Amino acid sequence: MSKPREVLLDPLIDNNPIGLQVLGICSALAVTTKLETSIVMTFAVLFVLVTSTVAVSVLRSLIPGSVRIITQLTIIASMVMIADQILKAYLYSISLQLSVFVGLIITNCIIMGRCEAFAMQNKPWPSFLDAVGNAAGYGLVLILVGFFRELLGSGKLLGVTILPTVSEGGWYVPNGLMVLSPAAFILIGCFIWVVRSARPEQIEEEFHVGALSQPGYEGDLR
Amino acid sequence: MEHSTRHTVIFTTLLCVVFSLAVSAVSVALRERQEENKTLDRIKNVLVVAGKLEPGESLGREEMRSRFESALEPRLVDLQTGLYVDGDPMAFDQRKAAKNPDTSRPAPNNASKVRRLPDQALVYLIRGENGAVAGYILPVEGMGLWSTLYGYLAIEPDTNTVRGITFYQHGETPGLGGEVDNPRWKALWPGRKVFDRRWEPRLAVIKGQAGPVEQDPYRVDGLSGATITSNGVTNLIRFWLGENGFGPYLAEMRRQES
Repeated sequence: MSKPREVLLDPLIDNNPIGLQVLGICSALAVTTKLETSIVMTFAVLFVLVTSTVAVSVLRSLIPGSVRIITQLTIIASMVMIADQILKAYLYSISLQLSVFVGLIITNCIIMGRCEAFAMQNKPWPSFLDAVGNAAGYGLVLILVGFFRELLGSGKLLGVTILPTVSEGGWYVPNGLMVLSPAAFILIGCFIWVVRSARPEQIEEEFHVGALSQPGYEGDLR
Repeated sequence: MEHSTRHTVIFTTLLCVVFSLAVSAVSVALRERQEENKTLDRIKNVLVVAGKLEPGESLGREEMRSRFESALEPRLVDLQTGLYVDGDPMAFDQRKAAKNPDTSRPAPNNASKVRRLPDQALVYLIRGENGAVAGYILPVEGMGLWSTLYGYLAIEPDTNTVRGITFYQHGETPGLGGEVDNPRWKALWPGRKVFDRRWEPRLAVIKGQAGPVEQDPYRVDGLSGATITSNGVTNLIRFWLGENGFGPYLAEMRRQES
């Protein structure tokens, strides 16, 4: 059992769910055109991740092994619906922008992954810390990507003009690629590159054809 | 850990009951606020299509309501006769009315897949500085690719020239059909003409690019990669401004003007 501090802080850089595990990419592409939606999405995921991992952890000795995945999904789906209802009640215009992507938190592998890999074996408190850490690691990447995409793609941050664009009489020619999904791939790639330059131990061994059939290979098949 | 079948059945049943109760409780508790948000959003969309609110401009709840009340007058219209009818327009829910057999009739077969037509419809009159009618806002709806598009079309007092269009609810593909929300696309609409000389709706969203307003008044650029949504918009405009939609109402308005 690792220390609480490690459980909380590891997922930020050393074991970032997007950067190292490469999970949760779908939403990282879809909602990061603006910083505001990135931040709201981060909090929605934080809410769902914390509540569902704690619930799974509390129930872990009761959850029958044969139906554990569907049990976890039931819990996650309920929490996602609750998060969606709250957004619709208190942040209506943002919930319209996030549209289906709030519902799609259900399919975010980070949440399933933390429930199955951590909460099923750990007590509620460590599970809580693990969930907060992973949501923060996810949110860190989302907010970084959202920051650059909104700034370079539309010259704004949180809707406030930073770089006046040519179409509004300024000097900045917006980078159209930044508002499209591939930009998020490029930015996440840059993030992984920076992190791995600083932490060379994250670099995997080169992939060999046939490596999958080697005994003992537990590669990242995701 | 191994558990008996009995345990599994009881556990899963309880789990489903508990979590569905939690979801229902939250949903019921927040419904009122969500409904209010929807009403405010509708008011906002009407204000935007009327040109009384800049897209992206944000207003407080009260300000929004007061601006709405000063600039717009909601009225109920009998779709078949085209005449105004009495009733409380703000309490009127056109979508509910269209579902209720007592306040609606089956729609004739149409490309917009509108199944039932309400007997009455809710329109908004744009009031100008001197109180004269400066335009009409008509609710429109129709099938796109995945979903029914709900929106408003604003037209000038001549009942022919488009003032603006906006959709407030749809489930089209973001980036393709979802581009009906794109301000640049919506900006192509003002000034286009809806009707031909015999007052038949002629306006269409075409595939590809249309000319400038003066030279090509009956056509609007298509949404690239979203032909079916584009056709859906054409169909819904033609249906709702035709004889089964607001055709009689607009004819009545023209008669009163002349």
